[in-house]
Amino acid sequence: MPKLTINGIEVEVERGTTVLEAARFLGLPIPTLCHDDGLTPYGACRLCLVEVTNGPRSKLQAACTLPADDGLVVQTHSARVERARQLLLELYVATTPQSKTIQDLASRYGVTRVRLTPEFEDCIQCGKCVRICREQMMAGAIGFAYRGNRRKVMAPFRPQSDICRQCGACMYICPVCELRCHGAEAETTLCSGCLNFAPACLDYHDHAMCFLDPCVACELAGPLRQDLVWPAVKPPESPK
Amino acid sequence: MPRLQSLEDLEARRAACVGARDPAKPCLALCAGSGCTASGAPEVLEALRESLKRAGLEETVELKSTGCHGFCEKGPVMLTWPEGTFYNQVAARDAKEIVASVSNGRRPVERLLYRDPTSGERVQREEDVPFYRFQQRVLFGNNGRIDPKNIDDYLGVGGYAALGKALTGSTPEQVVDWVKRAGLRGRGGAGFPTGKKWEVMRAQPATPKYLICNADEGDPGAFMDRSLLEGNPHSVIEGMIIGAFALGAREGYIYVRAEYPLAVEHFRVALAQAEECGLLGESILGSGLDFRIRLVQGAGAFVCGEETALIASIEGHVGEPLPRPPFPAQKGLWGKPTVINNVKTWASVPVIVNRGPEWYAAIGTTGSKGTMVFSLVGKINNTGLVEVPMGITLREMIYKIGGGIPNGRALKAVQIGGPSGGCIPASLIDLPIDYEALTEAGSMMGSGGMVVMDETNCMVDVARYFMEFLEEESCGKCFPCRKGTQRMREILTRISQGQGAEDDLKLLEDLGWMVRETSLCGLGQTAPNPVLTTLRYFRDEYLAHVRERRCPAKVCKQLITYSIEPTLCDGCHACVHVCTTEAILGEKKAAHTIDAAKCIKCGACLEVCQPKAVLVT
Amino acid sequence: MGETPNLQELLRDWPDRPDSLIPVLQEIQDQFHYLPEPALREVAGHLRVPLSEVFHVATFYNCFSLEPVGRHLVQVCLGTACHVRGAPRVLDRLLRDLRLGTPGTTADFEFTLRTVRCMGCCGLAPVARVDANTYPHLTQAKVPGLLKKYRRKEQAQAAD
Repeated sequence: MPKLTINGIEVEVERGTTVLEAARFLGLPIPTLCHDDGLTPYGACRLCLVEVTNGPRSKLQAACTLPADDGLVVQTHSARVERARQLLLELYVATTPQSKTIQDLASRYGVTRVRLTPEFEDCIQCGKCVRICREQMMAGAIGFAYRGNRRKVMAPFRPQSDICRQCGACMYICPVCELRCHGAEAETTLCSGCLNFAPACLDYHDHAMCFLDPCVACELAGPLRQDLVWPAVKPPESPK
Repeated sequence: MPRLQSLEDLEARRAACVGARDPAKPCLALCAGSGCTASGAPEVLEALRESLKRAGLEETVELKSTGCHGFCEKGPVMLTWPEGTFYNQVAARDAKEIVASVSNGRRPVERLLYRDPTSGERVQREEDVPFYRFQQRVLFGNNGRIDPKNIDDYLGVGGYAALGKALTGSTPEQVVDWVKRAGLRGRGGAGFPTGKKWEVMRAQPATPKYLICNADEGDPGAFMDRSLLEGNPHSVIEGMIIGAFALGAREGYIYVRAEYPLAVEHFRVALAQAEECGLLGESILGSGLDFRIRLVQGAGAFVCGEETALIASIEGHVGEPLPRPPFPAQKGLWGKPTVINNVKTWASVPVIVNRGPEWYAAIGTTGSKGTMVFSLVGKINNTGLVEVPMGITLREMIYKIGGGIPNGRALKAVQIGGPSGGCIPASLIDLPIDYEALTEAGSMMGSGGMVVMDETNCMVDVARYFMEFLEEESCGKCFPCRKGTQRMREILTRISQGQGAEDDLKLLEDLGWMVRETSLCGLGQTAPNPVLTTLRYFRDEYLAHVRERRCPAKVCKQLITYSIEPTLCDGCHACVHVCTTEAILGEKKAAHTIDAAKCIKCGACLEVCQPKAVLVT
Repeated sequence: MGETPNLQELLRDWPDRPDSLIPVLQEIQDQFHYLPEPALREVAGHLRVPLSEVFHVATFYNCFSLEPVGRHLVQVCLGTACHVRGAPRVLDRLLRDLRLGTPGTTADFEFTLRTVRCMGCCGLAPVARVDANTYPHLTQAKVPGLLKKYRRKEQAQAAD
């Protein structure tokens, strides 16, 4: 049974366990987007990166696909991991700013500014819909097509599939579609409404539409998170 | 050809080949690599054949096509034996004179000899040509001597002797030990110690085991593997058979890119010949080793040079890489232990077996042993393939071998390692070329592409070019590479159009760091190298673009203007004829002007203007 | 033109295993000059690979085209050596002369223009290939002459 060390804690696991599973067993929170316990690991979202410090050079590896090998030494919250997650999430927010799932992740991991123009895509290509269609529904009606930034999820040849059974599993499991922000500033990057004491969405809805971690009121008052005191940041104006 | 059943059979055949050759018999060996073929080698070959026939010399003079000599700039090239005379830029009309010189006391045709640009002297023998003199052609030396489609030629220069030695005179463990002691590092780009990879594979209990030759040379600017496959395919086959013996593999694959049809053809011929004489198949040379090689063609995807993507492609999938660990040596093709090595790495194996690991390890530096093959291209006088010992300096490469920069321009940078590598500035010209030194400088050895740039190249444009390439070739599976390369390319384009801000430079560095740290495979992990190295060494160029909206190298189209200097223009009207947008106005014999609104800065007028009156500011 | 290629005969040469997919598609592309939808459906059934996966492979690799290609395939190399020696200008000129906005097939299906990243003839940059012929040391001035070799007579006169 392989024995590995995560954040200084030694843990022994069964052969075939991944580092993500081992970390979760220890109760350590690692964010994921493309992972689902019922699907084969994919390793595409890169959010679950951890720092592996043994070996000549320490490296960031995706925990969901990393086998928990004997003697592995892993850090889930090192400075390098935190910085990588923040920059990744900055790019995620710029790609799908309207997704509440991604907004919440971004704010939880300390993203306070987005320096890239928003794209409003509907898909982050986590592959969950493709995998659930193939592995759980045994249909394979949708799949990836093309390559690079032209890559997308589609049915072969045309948008409508001739073998789709309309089970809805793909829509159910999509992390971008599952929760959309309906607040007042949904279309801007990082609604900073909650950075104020009274979130802007309360003017339009009965309750605050997002539950951004950490609880902002306390943090603003305390000395610990001064870096959160930023004005709402828009991308820099290009010189004319 | 009868099947060789034992080492004795092999040596008997070799002796027969060598015996059948008369070393004094004149031979005309014409390069038939892709480069010379494009420059007209087939016509030259035909013309030579005709001339020999007319002179009645078909029986007395041998005419053969050989593999790539590596000096493509001067092609078509050929060698005459036994003198070893080197002719360059041979045309069909030269055939008669060449044939005549064979019978006329063997006096060479002067005007076809290589002319040294600095001394103006003619050089007769190949090894005296500066381009070749400083090379150590351990892998490529036979390219100019053998017909790649004839296994007897390979046997004649000692081919398959290493195989005999390994199969009948040593054990698999010994062979692995030789490769380890030689210090051979993977020549595909990453430079991983080959012996170590082989050891890991040997230690795996699962079977069957596989070998793969990675011939998906996708780096733009690199063509060494192509030349070796076209010119000496048997050297690669021999290396793989020795590998099969050492590693316990029964099946091998070679994955060749679709863009190399000649390499595919020559390799197929070589495979068929090796099979025919029993060097591939069952019980090779009576040793009990069974091994076959299958050729698989790529379908046009740079990412398939990455080992796990290549394996996925052989299995019939898209070339999307898989996470490592597990490494292919542990779990590769069909989930079985697989050693995948580059063409040049496999070709190095027979050399190590023949000459011994100590001989090999004596070449190069402490960390990087042996020779390295570079494709020296770009703004350099002598472009072509250069094989040199590791540790040679950039200065020697560019000035001694490369003959310096044409048009009297100044060296600005050298891009080493293809799109995964970085730009080394001229100030580091005394850098010794080895794996560690290049990595420290922010670049990478890569597969050996070396592109020389001068003051007329814009480094922002170069960074944008590579990012565009990587964005297009990214497989798209992992988020940071797919989106990161796109965003970085967008920022670089804006900067090159004069719409960048100084904050963009920090943003590029942050994005670059993130893409490098978080991408799933080597493509993404090295994609930021060109941008990061140019930001490190050529930051003032970027600053000129964002602060002053100026392109110092006068390349970025939105930041330059074409105009005609009236005092230099003689009104010859040549520019008007080539301008496709009718942007040039002027009467004949009077000074012309360019209408900036219509000018698309294509550069056609610049190319034809004799008095050099066209100015780019 | 030659006889119509026979898909069934083509498929018979290959074992019905997933790793036959790419070689089969390469042969279909070779013989049909593109990958027609019915052929891809047939291949999926024959090799027992899901159609969505066949479609991904068909759209992933540069060598495959879902649309018919023109009579002549013009490939311009945009490798590093070629780029540094002016290949973008050659490409621009080709686009203009073929009246294309981006690389693709001309309206009359005479030419398909594609960019390639490195054909391995870097010593002869800039390089382009038309069908099986390679043309070294190109400049934009040489483009009209090059295209003229391949244009049909009537079109050549119209282009002049």
